[in-house]
Amino acid sequence: MDDAVTMAPAVEDSPLVVAGRTFNSRLIIGTGKYKSYAQNAEALKASGAEMITVAVRRVNLSNPDEPRLVDFISPDDYTYLPNTAGCFTGEDAVRTLRLAREAGGWNLVKLEVLSDPKHLYPEMSETLRAAEMLIKDGFDVMVYCSDDPVYAKKLEEAGCCAIMPLGAPIGSGLGIQNPVNIRLIIEQTKVPVIVDAGVGTASDAAVGMELGCDGILMNTAIAEAKDPVRMASAMKHAVIAGREAYLAGRMPKKRYADPSSPLSGLI
Amino acid sequence: MLDLTINGEVRQVEAGLSVAGLLEMLGLQAKKVAVERNLEIVAKSAYDATQLETGDRIEIVAFVGGG
Repeated sequence: MDDAVTMAPAVEDSPLVVAGRTFNSRLIIGTGKYKSYAQNAEALKASGAEMITVAVRRVNLSNPDEPRLVDFISPDDYTYLPNTAGCFTGEDAVRTLRLAREAGGWNLVKLEVLSDPKHLYPEMSETLRAAEMLIKDGFDVMVYCSDDPVYAKKLEEAGCCAIMPLGAPIGSGLGIQNPVNIRLIIEQTKVPVIVDAGVGTASDAAVGMELGCDGILMNTAIAEAKDPVRMASAMKHAVIAGREAYLAGRMPKKRYADPSSPLSGLI
Repeated sequence: MLDLTINGEVRQVEAGLSVAGLLEMLGLQAKKVAVERNLEIVAKSAYDATQLETGDRIEIVAFVGGG
């Protein structure tokens, strides 16, 4: 056994960098489905996340004083990542995100072009077309995509700044269903890979990070937990634990037992 | 009077109203919304100078919670 003197120094981790922006947290959380914006803000604090996804919607003209997200979670303190949820074409996505850019002044966005409401799988040919349109328009595009390495490559080549494959259908909480594909995407991709959707509990997030993902994006797993603030804290630790385990390098899997205590010197 | 469609609702407003005036009339804070007029973004810096015309289709949006 090596003693402390000969121990190698721990591998230093570098922060997550997306399109030139640096984040110390590798967890990104959504802001949908919470009981209130106040609860959302508290969960966000507990999660340690620095980036949040947000949607763009018509204001309610009959209630101009309704609570606004920006009053509970300040865009000065967190990076807003406007999404295109509800868009089914490239044109819809560009229109929505141009409004978001004017509302907030940011060009870092999350593109999602969905298909069937039953599974909310991304419509990949339209996603690619929308990504090309947005990049041409000056946006930095983090793209929600299927776990297909072929399309992931096309999106990277189109200039997306982060590839975000689903772990399982949005809101399903089923965990990472195809780790083989996620790993293939990680291996081939030079920009950050962030698992987006499918995480149900802390161990799912850790699994994603242990595969070598650069980050995890989740909404429902926190918002629909019995105690969202506590789950947010659990996710913070899971992402850190998974990242550390990935950097540490896990032991090989073996088919048989291998005792931890020495066999020699038995009384 | 001008006939406008605002967020899908037909409304009548006084002639000569600007985008800034419309937001004020609706009780909305300009810095918390974005405005689209006939599918074109209206820059915040142009709210005062942009006069509304009858038949305009206006969208006023804000950030809400989402995943």
